[in-house]
Amino acid sequence: MSNTTADVIIVGAGIAGNSAAYYCAKKGLKVIVLEEEMIGHGGSSRNGGGARVSGRDAREMPLAIYATRHIWPNLKEELGVDPEYRQNGYLVCGYNEEHKKGIQNRIADAAKMGIDMYLLEGKELKDKHPYVSDHVTCAGWTPTDGVANPLTATLGFYKRARELGARFITGEKVEKIKLYKGRARTVVTQNGNTYEGGKIIVAAGFGGKEIIKSVGLFVPVFKRLIEVIVTEPMPHMFDNMVGGMSGFYGQQTVHGSFVFGNALGREQCFAEITTPVSSSYNPANICHTIGVDIPALKEAKIIRTWSGWTDMSVDGVPIIGNVAEVPDLIIDIGCTGHGFCPGPASGYTLAQLANNETPDVDISKLAYERYDMAKKQPQYY
Amino acid sequence: MSRYLDRSADIGEFIPQPDDDLIICRCEEITKGEIRKAVHLGMWTMTEVKRLIRPGMGLCQGQTCSKHVKGVIAKELHISPAELDDLTARPPMRPVEMGVFGNEVESHE
Repeated sequence: MSNTTADVIIVGAGIAGNSAAYYCAKKGLKVIVLEEEMIGHGGSSRNGGGARVSGRDAREMPLAIYATRHIWPNLKEELGVDPEYRQNGYLVCGYNEEHKKGIQNRIADAAKMGIDMYLLEGKELKDKHPYVSDHVTCAGWTPTDGVANPLTATLGFYKRARELGARFITGEKVEKIKLYKGRARTVVTQNGNTYEGGKIIVAAGFGGKEIIKSVGLFVPVFKRLIEVIVTEPMPHMFDNMVGGMSGFYGQQTVHGSFVFGNALGREQCFAEITTPVSSSYNPANICHTIGVDIPALKEAKIIRTWSGWTDMSVDGVPIIGNVAEVPDLIIDIGCTGHGFCPGPASGYTLAQLANNETPDVDISKLAYERYDMAKKQPQYY
Repeated sequence: MSRYLDRSADIGEFIPQPDDDLIICRCEEITKGEIRKAVHLGMWTMTEVKRLIRPGMGLCQGQTCSKHVKGVIAKELHISPAELDDLTARPPMRPVEMGVFGNEVESHE
């Protein structure tokens, strides 16, 4: 085989693409990974690092459960890079009766999947989480959720896959997929290069939308901007992930700095910008929210803010799996801002699909075929 | 789009050097040896090295060490420093307290 031919071509070097490359290489498959920018340029490195199962749609829960039970706990040894995974729980803060009902719904959903989640109120909440202010009246607590470091996890999979012989090429933007006898066979890049593979995996986040359009597939995903603040290292305050029904989320990293993001509701206004940029008002909004909920952090100094894209699918869960009408094409798109935790499980599943195995994880509810509407009326998507 | 880089290209073995314990990033206390090792793990851009081992992620946000980090990486890859992209500049310019930054919204309550 020439060096532009492989068993599997993976488009996108994020956590799903890198972990798929790692699991494919482990199975002895020859892999080429093509990435437009650098390794982990997109959402895989630009997220709060929450590794949570709670609060998820039942359709994507199997992936998140598989990742937190079977993959994350052993990653440090497996990759030789510490992804700083800590299963220390996730606290979701509520501020009124409506939020309390929302948390109770989440608890009911979690119970259906065998996940323990509890409602904390009053003295119990204050005793267990003394850092939250009186503004927080109730909270959901999921002890099996956790946090990880998106940067080292994504790069760790790359490092290990590369060691196992996967070939990574960055600065190689895939423009289209070409069919041969109706099956996905080659990809063509902006530099004019062509790569040929037995299977083609598209795990390129929002960028995947245009790529799979080249074979006539329409996925209803759109971009949303997220902005996050990072503080200087601070004395230890908590080990768990913290979030709020108001939309904020964050953690104190192993390094000691706090990382916080927030959903402001105005993100859609920036969807047409090509480079994600930090604004002055969203980080200010995050600081304000944190100041109200965790008052001790008012003193913490922000040393940087950053932003990134998430690829939102219209129904809030990703599209993962084979596509019936284009054999040999496997897609993973639309993770909707919570694709980091299940990312390694997605990669594991993509590798199984690429090797013609039946996946260990049930992804039938994440199939592309659920978007019949999108196929019939693409003008609306 | 970034510059084309085939990450399987041969850059040679990691060879220890006498000054590998020299601190390059003062904020995060990252040594020359650590940066060189990261390059040999496959981190071929400023940003990837930063994300894996943290040079340029401390209080000064790389305003002091960036140039030196770039020099070390470029030498390890046998290329000119000019071929490496800079780190993305991240606001704020200087550390700001959360209470100060979040203040402007308070009046709307």
